[in-house]
Amino acid sequence: MSDTLTNDHAALAGQRRQAAAEARRLKTLNTIFELRAFIALGVLIIVFSLLSDSFLTVDNLITMTKHVAINAVLALGMLLVILKGGIDLSVGSIVGLSGVIAGELLQGVHLSLFGVIAYPPVWAVVILCVAAGAVVGTINGILVTRLNVAPFIATLGMLYVARGAALLISGGTTYPDLAGDPSTHNTGFDWIGGGRPLGLPVAIWIMIILAVLIAVLLRSTAFGRWLYATGGNERATQLSGVPVQRVKTIVYMVSGACAAMSGLIIASELTSAAPQAGDSFELNAIAAVVIGGAALSGGRGTVRGTLVGAFVIGFLADGLVILGVSTFWQIVIKGTVIVVAVILDQSQQRFQRRGAAASAVAVAAAAEPEPATAARSDR
Amino acid sequence: MTAPPAPVLRAVDVTKVYGGTQALKGVSLDILPGRVTVLFGENGAGKSTLMKILSAVESPTTGQVQLDGQVVEFGSARDAADRGISIIHQELSLCPNLSIQDNLFLGRERIHRGLFLDRRAQRSAAAQVLGRLDDALNPDLPVSELRLGQQQLVEIARALLQNARILIMDEPTSALSAPEVEVLFQVIHELKAHGVAIVYISHHLEEALDIADDVAVLRDGSMVATARAADVDLAWVVRKMVGREQDDLFPVRDPKLGPVALETVELSVADPANPDRLAVDGVSLTVRAGETVGVYGLMGSGRTELMECLAGRLPAASGEVRLHGEPVTGGVRQRIRAGLALVPEDRQRDGLVQTMSVGQNLSLAAVTRFVRRLIVDRGGERQAVQSMISDVTVKTAGPDAPIGSLSGGNQQKVVIGKALMTGPRVLLLDEPSRGVDVAAKADVFELMARQAERGLAVLFTTSEAEEALHIPDRLLVLVRGRLVADLRAGEITRDRLMSLADGADTSEETSHV
Repeated sequence: MSDTLTNDHAALAGQRRQAAAEARRLKTLNTIFELRAFIALGVLIIVFSLLSDSFLTVDNLITMTKHVAINAVLALGMLLVILKGGIDLSVGSIVGLSGVIAGELLQGVHLSLFGVIAYPPVWAVVILCVAAGAVVGTINGILVTRLNVAPFIATLGMLYVARGAALLISGGTTYPDLAGDPSTHNTGFDWIGGGRPLGLPVAIWIMIILAVLIAVLLRSTAFGRWLYATGGNERATQLSGVPVQRVKTIVYMVSGACAAMSGLIIASELTSAAPQAGDSFELNAIAAVVIGGAALSGGRGTVRGTLVGAFVIGFLADGLVILGVSTFWQIVIKGTVIVVAVILDQSQQRFQRRGAAASAVAVAAAAEPEPATAARSDR
Repeated sequence: MTAPPAPVLRAVDVTKVYGGTQALKGVSLDILPGRVTVLFGENGAGKSTLMKILSAVESPTTGQVQLDGQVVEFGSARDAADRGISIIHQELSLCPNLSIQDNLFLGRERIHRGLFLDRRAQRSAAAQVLGRLDDALNPDLPVSELRLGQQQLVEIARALLQNARILIMDEPTSALSAPEVEVLFQVIHELKAHGVAIVYISHHLEEALDIADDVAVLRDGSMVATARAADVDLAWVVRKMVGREQDDLFPVRDPKLGPVALETVELSVADPANPDRLAVDGVSLTVRAGETVGVYGLMGSGRTELMECLAGRLPAASGEVRLHGEPVTGGVRQRIRAGLALVPEDRQRDGLVQTMSVGQNLSLAAVTRFVRRLIVDRGGERQAVQSMISDVTVKTAGPDAPIGSLSGGNQQKVVIGKALMTGPRVLLLDEPSRGVDVAAKADVFELMARQAERGLAVLFTTSEAEEALHIPDRLLVLVRGRLVADLRAGEITRDRLMSLADGADTSEETSHV
């Protein structure tokens, strides 16, 4: 009797050791997987700087980061929508619409009632454009929450409507020269694209500030918690008294506002606004979020990951241009990177589940040396 | 009396072991053609296991299944269906987006010229078999337009199309309205006349006894009695199920009761799955502060709908809910604010967010309480979460452990902890012991008792007689949406309770209603 007992104990201890070792091994692997986007970015930078002298220069890095910023601002808004378990296909069109509205406003608004032409100052133009993006996003949100349209369909519809609106407002033509006129007191729009406070382009500052704000929103506010929970299990979240519909509407609104911001950066950099601007940008934004480790099913993803994802896409594109790789190959390579990123993500999920299972075994085994007392002791 | 026909299907000395538990201990059963064999037994007696073995969903550990006197080993449920054994589950397995016809032939489509669906042949075969069941069913109607009872008829039609000679029905009436039950019973009579053998499981004892020809009772994995239905009555069935002859009374407890905390007045709730039917029908109840009240009800009794309506998830069709005398309205959010918190029945679907940690799950419903100037005070949150973890005795590596690393019982404690973190005055628990092991069950009930001692009003539902008799201070019995009894602890025996819940008796025992 006592013999079998000691044997059982020895076997149990062995099992526990094995489970703990397995858990440790999986944890290491998991860490490597979690950092995979960083590692990919590092590899990209090393490879490109070996192949080209002009890649790793301060000027080039700043230029590339400026390109990254346009996509990153879109991607940060997209991240919120994807965390909720949705998707926003309309952001590329909102980029175009926002630029066109800026162009229209800076050209002067004919107020026929008063017989005057009003020239709103640049700060008002910026606010109005971002508000317009937020309105379009809110319409997406209402379609999804109140009218139960699937996010893919609602935002696909808005992709066309917003693009059509941009073409209608502009009459299909580009607004040239958005620099403004000192006589009408609306100069300064080009500062967004060309200004360099503290040595960094405004676009990069916008990206940094937005990233910090959204990171705080996600990590430290009730809203952030609600958003992750909604993406993880909407029913349970609703039953916990969380205003799920409001959370969902707000993420589309923020995504629309981010897209409008991105549209302003582009229009300002070019000091002109084309109604076709931002065409298919939504796909780059989704790619950045996905490469950054977010799950399209919702509930999983970070600001850090999304930024790294945007950098991977941006640096890859610019690096290939510097190397003179054909545009057609660039497209193929980008597509491959996105799919590989998702495959890696899937295997990480598997590791994580096995890791959780292994550590659960370890915890259970640790809690169970004397089964009868263990159950009582932690009451 | 004529000699009984030879059995079509026999289980001979069947044993089934799952892991360490023996679900069936040498069970034998004869199923006769043209007769309804009703299988009685409590939850966990082994009914479902036996059905799974007869329909080849599972194979026996030892023992045999004989079809027409031949030992058979089915490769799969489909194999069994091809040989005339069909099972109709509680959850129907129809595709709502397809027509009746497409559902009937799903996976067994009639093909002509090796490629094309033979719609004409399908339609005429479908029309013929549907004609035997319900003339109103057009084979081209989409299943989504059918009422639940009609959907069940489509399942039966599918079994008939597969030339089923043995039809196994698991709780077929639990979601049906009374007229739909009538139709089902007529169909069963017709099938009998055509020589089909029917095996029938139901928690509604009286109803099942009505249509039974043969009766078999399972208890703890053993076949304790078989008989002709004509020779037995309800009391006999209950005695055999329970395994005790005399009535045991349970001791009365003496809780410290406060004022009435929760009250419903003639509350009715429509069945979300079948809007023609009231899932909860004019229920008036009270729960006082410090009191633990149990609602005993079988599947389809409306217990979940009652809880979900109280929690604000389902709208009331009529009637009122009052909290400390004040009417409460609004959705889940408003009710949580008012002090009503629900622990839902389906932990995975409605209780937990699998992508979040133990701590985040615990604080999900109460996270706004830790917000200072828009920012969540994580130190304060962590402290509250830690103390809740020890309060509800969750066994976990810590607040940051993934929720999936916990056992079922500990996950359930997290869901309860989440409800408690909202600071409720009334705690609602829908089947709190579902899917948790015995030790954790005891913990869960101890936890409930402690909350009641702290002055909370506790209302929980259960479908297990043992729990209904032992746990609450007061027991309400819900049958088909109506409250049929309101009893103090110790006022009822197990036998009485089971025949009450079955709906056999609605006149007596209602001491407070």
